[in-house]
Amino acid sequence: MTERDITRVLATDCGSTTTKAILIEKQEGQYRLVARGEAPTTVEAPYEDVTRGVLNAVAEVEELTGRRLLDGEAIIRPAAADTGTDLYLSTSSAGGGLQIMVVGLVRRMTAESAERAALGAGAIVMDVLALDDGRLPHERIERMRQLRPDMILISGGIDGGEERRVVEMTELVAAANPTARLGAKYRLPIIYAGNVDARPAIEKTLDEVADLTVTDNLRPTMEREHLQPTRLVVQDLFLHHVMAQAPGYSRLVPWTDADIMPTPAAVGSIMQAIAEDRNINVVGVDIGGATTDVFSVFSGQFNRTVSANLGLSYSISNVLAEAGIDNILRWVPEHIDRGWTVNQIRNKMIRPTTIPEQLLDLQVEQGIAREALRLAFDQHRSLAAGLKGVQRVRDIADAFVQAADESIVRMMDLDLLVGSGGVLSHAPRRSQAAMMLIDAFQPEGFTQLAVDSIFMMPQLGVLAEVHRQAATEVFFRDCLIPLGTCLAPTGRFREGRKCLHVSVQLPDAPHELDINWGELVLVELGENQSVAVTADPLGGADIGAGRNRAVATEVTGGQVGLIIDARGRPLAWPDDEADRVRKVQQWQTALSAYPGIDANDQ
Amino acid sequence: MTSDKAVHAYTPGLRVTDTAVLRKVRRLPLPGQVHVELGAEVKAAEVVASTELPGRVHTLNVAHELNCQPAEIGNFMVKAESDTVRRGEILAESKALWGLFYSFVKAPIEGTIESISTTTGQVLFRGEPIPVELDAYVDGTVVEVHADEGVTIEAQCALVQGIFGIGGERYGELKVLVESPNQPLTAELLDETCKDCVVVGGSLVTLEAVHRAIELGASAVVAGSIQSQDLDSFMGEPIGVAITGQEAIPIALIVTEGFGELAMAQRTFSILQGLSGKRASVSGATQIRAGVIRPEIIVASGRRAEGLLAEPPVSQMSIGSQVRLIRAPHFGQIAEVIALPPEPAEIETEAKVRVLQARLADGTVVTVPRSNVELMQE
Repeated sequence: MTERDITRVLATDCGSTTTKAILIEKQEGQYRLVARGEAPTTVEAPYEDVTRGVLNAVAEVEELTGRRLLDGEAIIRPAAADTGTDLYLSTSSAGGGLQIMVVGLVRRMTAESAERAALGAGAIVMDVLALDDGRLPHERIERMRQLRPDMILISGGIDGGEERRVVEMTELVAAANPTARLGAKYRLPIIYAGNVDARPAIEKTLDEVADLTVTDNLRPTMEREHLQPTRLVVQDLFLHHVMAQAPGYSRLVPWTDADIMPTPAAVGSIMQAIAEDRNINVVGVDIGGATTDVFSVFSGQFNRTVSANLGLSYSISNVLAEAGIDNILRWVPEHIDRGWTVNQIRNKMIRPTTIPEQLLDLQVEQGIAREALRLAFDQHRSLAAGLKGVQRVRDIADAFVQAADESIVRMMDLDLLVGSGGVLSHAPRRSQAAMMLIDAFQPEGFTQLAVDSIFMMPQLGVLAEVHRQAATEVFFRDCLIPLGTCLAPTGRFREGRKCLHVSVQLPDAPHELDINWGELVLVELGENQSVAVTADPLGGADIGAGRNRAVATEVTGGQVGLIIDARGRPLAWPDDEADRVRKVQQWQTALSAYPGIDANDQ
Repeated sequence: MTSDKAVHAYTPGLRVTDTAVLRKVRRLPLPGQVHVELGAEVKAAEVVASTELPGRVHTLNVAHELNCQPAEIGNFMVKAESDTVRRGEILAESKALWGLFYSFVKAPIEGTIESISTTTGQVLFRGEPIPVELDAYVDGTVVEVHADEGVTIEAQCALVQGIFGIGGERYGELKVLVESPNQPLTAELLDETCKDCVVVGGSLVTLEAVHRAIELGASAVVAGSIQSQDLDSFMGEPIGVAITGQEAIPIALIVTEGFGELAMAQRTFSILQGLSGKRASVSGATQIRAGVIRPEIIVASGRRAEGLLAEPPVSQMSIGSQVRLIRAPHFGQIAEVIALPPEPAEIETEAKVRVLQARLADGTVVTVPRSNVELMQE
C-alpha cells in the first residue's frame, strides 16, 4: 500500500498509567484527527498484559466514532467504509520507560556524547559513570548493582586511541554483574560504542555476563560525534529485549505495522519532521508530574534531555529544593508567607492528584511550573552544546584553545516553542500558558508559541516514521493550539526608555506602537490571522537582525495574540518587594492572565 | 442535578482500621536460605531468611605497581583467579638482574581474586561476603514460602497508614502522650519511659520533641503533622522526592495528615489510643510514585487470621461518605458528601472540573473538586 492509499490510521501510546488511542482519517484530501480514546494501562497486576489497555482504548475510539476497528481481539485491516484501519502503530513508556546506565571515560566528553545518544533514543539515563566522576571503583560497582537498568551503554576512547581505560571500565561492569530490571532470567543487554580497537578485549570481558552488541564508535574522533547508529541499536534492543520481557508486548509487537518506539523517541521524531519540513528551529517541552522532557531541533540537530526530578506533583518538592522558595514566590502577585507556601508544596507532593482551588494557589503552582521549566531548559541548553574537548586552530602559530561550551540552542534563532503537559495545556486561560512559556524560556526576537492540545505527539512521531505527510498535517491542524507570537528585544535594559517601534498591519488600519523597556504589551491577533509586522529597534536593541536593525516579517496570531515583551533578557527584578508585586501585577494585567485583573477592566 | 450513585473515589484513602488481615512479603535482596516453614507462627523480630551479599570489589593495577606491561603480569602473579588472599599477602613479584631488583605487590584486602586482566593489568578482589538477615517485621503466620527468596507473613492486626514518613522498620510499645488529637507533641511530654517506645502525639510534632525522642531512645514518633522547615532542619537538607525509608536516622517518624499544623483525624487517634501499651511494628518508608508505599503502624492481634478479607474493599464514594479535604482552603477538614453533581463546574481558578458538595463539621456546605478529597477508609 502506498502512502497515498492510506485513508485511516490508528495509533496508541502506552503510557505508565494511561493508554491513549487516536484515529486519523483522510478527509477531503487532508489528514485529520477524528477521535481520541483512553483506558488505564494494563502492564501491572492483575492484568499484566498491555494489549488489554490497548483494546480498551481502541474500543473507546470505536464508541466515539461509530467505526468498527476490532474484530474480537484483532485490529481489522485494511480500512473500508466504516471499518478497519490501514495502519496500526504504537509507542510505549509503560513500566517506567527505557532506563539506561551510561559508562564513559571523560564525563564531559565521551560519557556526555553517550548520554546524548541514550537520551535521543528516548531513554531515561539513570546515571553516568566515568573515570572522572569522583567515585572509587567499588562505589561504581555498587551503583551498577543498585540501579538495575534495562541496558548499559559503554563508550570511550576515539578510534585508534588508547584502549586500556575503556577496558578497565568494562571490567568494573563485568565485576558488578548487574541484573536487568525486568527479570533476572535474561542477560542484560550491553551496547559497546567506543574505540574500535578495544572491541576484542571488550567482547572477552563481557562474554559471560551480558548480551553484548557492538556498534560504531559514537565519538570516533574528538571533533565528531556519530550518535545515530547507537540510537538505532538502543531502540532495537528496547524492542527486542526489554519490551519482550514486559507483560503482553510479545502479543502487541506483531499487531503493529512499524516498530514500537519509546514514547520520547517518537516525540523527537515528530519534532525533527516539523523542523525539517518547515525549515525552522523548534523547542518542545513536556512537563509532567515527575519529570520534564525538553526537545530541541536547531539547524537540523536534534537534542533531548529529561530532568528526572523536575515535575509538578511527585517531584514538586524537588523543584522547591532546586529553585528555592524565593524564586518561586517572585512570580506571585502578592506577598505571601514562605512557611505556609512550603507546607502547601509538600502537601501537594504527598497528595499529588490535587488541583488548586483558589486563585492564589493557582498562581503559586504556575510559579513553580515556571521554575521547573526554567531549570529543565537550563539543563537542556547545557547538554545541547558543541562538543567539549575539541581543540581548534586558533592562529598560525599553532596555538590551541579549548572550544567554548556554547549551547547550540540560541534563543534569537528559535522559531517555534511548543509546550505540553497539564499545567500548560489545561491552564484555565491560554494567556497563562503563554506567560509561563515566555517567563521560563525567555525567547528573543520573533517566536511562535503553541501548546499541545491533547498530547498526541508520541503517536504522531511514530506515524512520521511511516507517513510523514499525515503526521505533519495532523500536528499543525489538530495537535497544536497556537497561542500567538512573542516579540522580545535584547540589549541594554533601561527601564522606561524607548526600545522599539512596531508597526502591525491589521486589516482595519495599521497599528503603530512605541515600546519602552520594561513594558509588556498585547496586540490582539486571532488564531487564523497572519499580518505584516515591521519592528524597528532603538537605542542598541536587537530583535534578530543586529543592533538597531529593523525586521519586517509576517506574524501569526493565536488564542492570545502578538505579545511584545520588552522586559529585557534576562528578566530584571526590582529589589524592593512592593515594587516586585506591582511589577508582576502589571505583567499579568497586560495579558489579562487572571480573573479580576483583565486589561480591559483597568 | 445530583446523583446518589456510588462512584469511584479518585484519591484512595489511607487505611485506618482496628481489624485487618495483612500480608507482608519479606524478600531477600539476593537468593539465600529461608529459616521458617509454611504455617509457622513467627514474632516480628524473628529472622525468617538470610543471605550473604557479595563483598565489596577492590581494584589494584598490578602492571602499574610492578612497572611492567599488562600483558606481562601473568609472569609475575603468584596468585591465580579464585584464590583467596589475606590482607598484605604477596600477590605478584618480579625479580631482575639475578634478584638484585626485587619488587612485589601485596593484597589490599582479605578476600578472593575475582579477575586478572592482561589487557589492563588490573586485578579485581572481592571482599568477604556481607551477611544479611531478614526478620518477620510483624507477628503472624507464614502463609507462603518463596524458595530461597523469603516468605509471606499473614497477620490479623490493627493498621494505621500515615501520609508521609521517614526512617526504616522499627518496633516498640505504643505510648500515646497527649489527651486529644489537637494537642501538639512537645519535648516536655517525653520522659525516660519513652525508651524503645512508639510515641504518639496529636497535632504537630515539634523539632525539639523529635530530638528529645531520639535522646531518650524512642523507636518511632507518630503525629498528625510536622512543619516543613522542622523536617528540613532535622534531615539537614530539604526532602526533594518522596521516596523515603533508607535514611540513616535512629528513629522512624510518621505523620498521618501532612505538613503544617494539622490535628490528627479523630478516628486515627482513637484507634491508636485504644492500642496504647501494645507492641507495634512501624515503617516510615514512603513512596508516592508508581507502586505507592505509605508509612504504617501495625499492631498484631496475636490471633490467626480467619474469615477476613486480606485486601481492602474497592474505594467507593457516595452520598454520606466521610471524606478528608486535602487542599487549601479547607485542608485537613473532615466532611460528609452531600451531593455528587455529574457535570463539571467552574471553580475560583476558572478551571472546569468535576466537583462534589460536602458538609463540614460546623455545618458549612462547600463545593470542592473531587480530586481534592480523600475517602476515609477502613
